[in-house]
Amino acid sequence: MSNLIKFKIDGVECMTERGKFIVEAALENGIFIPTLCNMPGVKPKGSCRICTVKINGRLMTSCTTPVADGMEIESNSAEINELRKSIVELLFVSGNHFCPACEKSGNCELQALGYYYQMMVPRYPYEFPLREVDASSPHIIKDQNRCILCKRCIKTIKDEEGKSFFAFHDRGHRLEVVLDKEMGSQMSEALAEEAMKNCPVGSILKKEKGFNQAIGSRKFDKKAIGSDVKL
Amino acid sequence: MSKKITIEPVTRVEGHGKVTIHMDNQGNIQQTRLHIVEFRGFERFVQGRPYWEAPVLVQRLCGICPVSHHLAAAKALDVIVGAGTGEGLTPTGEKMRRLMHYGQFFQSHALHFFHLSAPDFLFGFDGDPAIRNIIGIALTKPDLAVQGVMMRKFGQEIIRATAGKKIHGTGAIPGGINKNLSIEERDEFLKGADPLNADKMISWAQDALDFFKSYYVANKDFIDNFAYFPSNHLSLVRKDGALDLYHGVLRAVDTDGNRILNDIDYQEYNNYIEEEVRSWSYMKFPYLKSIGKDNGWYRVGPLARLNTVDFIPTPLAQKEFEIYKAMTNGKPNNHCLHTHYARLIETLHAAEMIRELLNDPDLLGNDLVTKGTKQKEGVGLIEAPRGTLFHHYRINDNDQIEMANLIVSTTNNNEPMNRSVNHVAKAVMTGKEVITEGMMNSVEVAIRAYDPCLSCATHALGKMPLEVSLFDEDNNLIDRKRS
Repeated sequence: MSNLIKFKIDGVECMTERGKFIVEAALENGIFIPTLCNMPGVKPKGSCRICTVKINGRLMTSCTTPVADGMEIESNSAEINELRKSIVELLFVSGNHFCPACEKSGNCELQALGYYYQMMVPRYPYEFPLREVDASSPHIIKDQNRCILCKRCIKTIKDEEGKSFFAFHDRGHRLEVVLDKEMGSQMSEALAEEAMKNCPVGSILKKEKGFNQAIGSRKFDKKAIGSDVKL
Repeated sequence: MSKKITIEPVTRVEGHGKVTIHMDNQGNIQQTRLHIVEFRGFERFVQGRPYWEAPVLVQRLCGICPVSHHLAAAKALDVIVGAGTGEGLTPTGEKMRRLMHYGQFFQSHALHFFHLSAPDFLFGFDGDPAIRNIIGIALTKPDLAVQGVMMRKFGQEIIRATAGKKIHGTGAIPGGINKNLSIEERDEFLKGADPLNADKMISWAQDALDFFKSYYVANKDFIDNFAYFPSNHLSLVRKDGALDLYHGVLRAVDTDGNRILNDIDYQEYNNYIEEEVRSWSYMKFPYLKSIGKDNGWYRVGPLARLNTVDFIPTPLAQKEFEIYKAMTNGKPNNHCLHTHYARLIETLHAAEMIRELLNDPDLLGNDLVTKGTKQKEGVGLIEAPRGTLFHHYRINDNDQIEMANLIVSTTNNNEPMNRSVNHVAKAVMTGKEVITEGMMNSVEVAIRAYDPCLSCATHALGKMPLEVSLFDEDNNLIDRKRS
């Protein structure tokens, strides 16, 4: 049996290897499906829901759903885009995302998706939650105001023994990603840099990096998110 | 019957304010006040944020001269990151910031003169308010309107090239700058198509000054006597006494020109300047400690700067400065409306400085940032278009801001603005049965001379009470709450 399977995204014939998740198969075929929690090479969890697509009338997260032979996927439709826009808006209102003073602005994936989906003003009321900034680590700041609980840091920033520097703390609406104080005190500058890079928003900041990247040279200043996805 | 006149909102200024004037039965002015009726709170909500956010965060105080706040905060943080107090930056870092600042001066002063003040001079203080505005200028003197718009555009483009955006950029970072100037950008400003080049801007700045001078000649007595009162004056000056809008030492002179603050290091401003809180305004009242609350208040801004400095280090502006100083025999100038004259001399100076800086190859360098031994506290002072601007920050061991104190230019001018309102109200309204729109505009003209930015000036939390009063339908006070 051939390892290659055929499927369709928005009516476009695509082909990929059996076992691939929809989001990576789409990328291979030059189709952009937005992600926030998902990272290449890391086991997907489907926590942010921004990659939601419709398959056989059901909404599924494309980062956790493997492509099946003959699958027909609806992604870039008015309904799905509206849903994704709602998710972006909900993420904005559930935290304190003040782009004007955020050093991740221009490199922030949430902000980039806000522009991508032409979010002007969120349709939901701002929660303005009272959240803390943990700056006790020598090289890193964890700003809970901007955390979207994507778990990228938990899954990717680990010590030599594979133990994560970050972990979930508390439950429900009090859930937050925290930096282990003892491990944080020993985090290297290089790992702090990587943690900041992996964070899709401005929740993890490497200390004293600040606004050292000029406007115009930032990742999304000239190209919209997803615009580099092509065959 | 006694009456209360309220001018609200005060128009053609940045921010929101109102004036109240109380008159007795005989038509005498009993009390005048300029109220600042909005509340900002920046000093409080910057607390807890990483210190390097301050230059980007606090500039949101204002959309007219955010560069002033951006640079004053960056200068304070230069001290904190061990890059010294204004003189420790790399040549590229310092000169890019200076170019940003002079670009801002040029656009802000042009905005003030052409958009906010010129309508009063062109159409008269009592002119029809329907045309006494920038639209009226555009309809009746389109060339002048275009000149104002293009001068502002040139300054804004300079800001974009240095800060990354025309409004609220990120160029200045603790210890330096995050970009240099490209050769293409430099050449565009120096040799760009008419009118957007430095030579044309110098020529237009001279024209604007000549326009005001001719107005002054025709209306000398009126301008000289409008809201005239003696005061102290304070500004930064370069160590050799030159006008320097970016960096220097703090100097104040009294109304006779005697030094009452003798070129002090502004890191120690706290030893010399105090702020008084009055219950009826969100804006504080600064004064020189050594003289006291009653007489220690001072003016800042163009009028004050040209009273404190010894000379202007660019030739065309220096020539105008000499003419200007001769009018008061070298003594401090206390004529309120001469602030416009001084502002236009500064506009010319800013244009000359822009050209001088653009010809400096240091702008193209790649050594952008300096850092040294970290400090816990830093003060940054700069001459904003409206006057001396103080930013003071202290950080904790985790690099978070734990204290911020901002003394904004307009705050420094609080007492002089109130006095100007009082002078004009007494001069034009005393004994008058009918108060005309023109009379009320005259009061606004006095405020406008300071080019106040009322939105910038109100940010302290926990010191000035927010009061809510509840009146019944017969206007009896039934409840009052204070924060």
